[in-house]
Amino acid sequence: MAEKSIQWFKFASPARFYDLTGRLVWGFGILAAVLFVVGLYMGFVLAPPDYQQGNSYRIIFIHVPSAWMAMFLYVVMAIYAAVGLIWRIKTAEIMAKAIAPTGALMAFLALWTGAVWGKPTWGAFWVWDARLTSSLILFFMYLGFIALHAAIEDRQRAANASAVLALVGIINVPIIYFSVHWWNTLHQGATIKATSAPSMAAIMFFTVIVMVFAYWMYSIAAVLARARLELLEREKHAAWVSERLNLPRTKETPHA
Amino acid sequence: MKQRTKRLVAVLVGLGGVSLAVALTLNAFRDNLVFFFSPSQVLAQEAPLDRAFRIGGLVEDGSVQREGIRVSFNVTDTAAVVPVVFDGILPDLFREGQGVVAVGRLLEGGVFHANQVLAKHDETYMPPEAAEAIKQAQREQARVMPPEEL
Repeated sequence: MAEKSIQWFKFASPARFYDLTGRLVWGFGILAAVLFVVGLYMGFVLAPPDYQQGNSYRIIFIHVPSAWMAMFLYVVMAIYAAVGLIWRIKTAEIMAKAIAPTGALMAFLALWTGAVWGKPTWGAFWVWDARLTSSLILFFMYLGFIALHAAIEDRQRAANASAVLALVGIINVPIIYFSVHWWNTLHQGATIKATSAPSMAAIMFFTVIVMVFAYWMYSIAAVLARARLELLEREKHAAWVSERLNLPRTKETPHA
Repeated sequence: MKQRTKRLVAVLVGLGGVSLAVALTLNAFRDNLVFFFSPSQVLAQEAPLDRAFRIGGLVEDGSVQREGIRVSFNVTDTAAVVPVVFDGILPDLFREGQGVVAVGRLLEGGVFHANQVLAKHDETYMPPEAAEAIKQAQREQARVMPPEEL
């Protein structure tokens, strides 16, 4: 048992993490590109128009995966932040910090595509209903997390402070998810539910699923690439960095 | 207690406290978080009748009448009906049997005067042929379904 936990922590060692993720970034990036091409072809060519909205419904192939990723990435970010806060694992702190910009991008995409779709469909770009408002708060939580990291010079204190912010904000995620269920909202309820068959045609559903996988692969690749850079930056004086980048040995005293 | 156990407990207690605070706040503001009121709620005087509010429901079949740019229609939740008048441009998805949310005031005589009408869309997506097939099947069965299940 003790040996097993040591093995797990090995993956958290910066050098091991750097080596392992180097190949993963490429793998996930290529998968993302392939899935995006397939998903967008399915969405724009194979899927039929909707019986009421015509072609404007096609925005869901971008909107729904973005919104899901924005919520999911927030949960992952908060978990990494908590692990960093409690167990002081540097790689976890770096991962939390690396997820935030991708999460913010996803939240922005969900809001933006929703507004563009809302104008022709609902008749308004924006309404202050519970689903839209809580999604806007999610976007601001990401921005706050990024800003707090940037505002505090000391890395450890920055990581701790933003971890607390991330953990407080996690309350918002179930509120977003259940908002259309708990309150009357202009935003419609969930089309794809865990408990029943999706209320959409099969080809539309499969397109959403392909796009969701594309978003997953892209997010993993982007986050890992960002985490690797952050790791190099933090450990620039460590021996493993000079070894891997073929740098000449610096004469500076190693930094803790 | 080890230092990291203390931190774990602090995080869990903190999360529990924040969740409780948020749950109580949302519960207290529940009435204000409602985006719209149903016709039944309006007739039961649960909506704020002294100021602007939103009413939501389905456009009753056969109730839409146009005079110039003035549109009048009935909003129903199948239990109660509120007549609505509106001067302006309706969204593309506005049609009889569809969900709408209207923003405005309730005037004397129980007529809701809207200054904005939004189409509320449901979560069902299907190709036009499928929708036509469903309608066909319904006509054959000659069975009337509640509009929200269409």
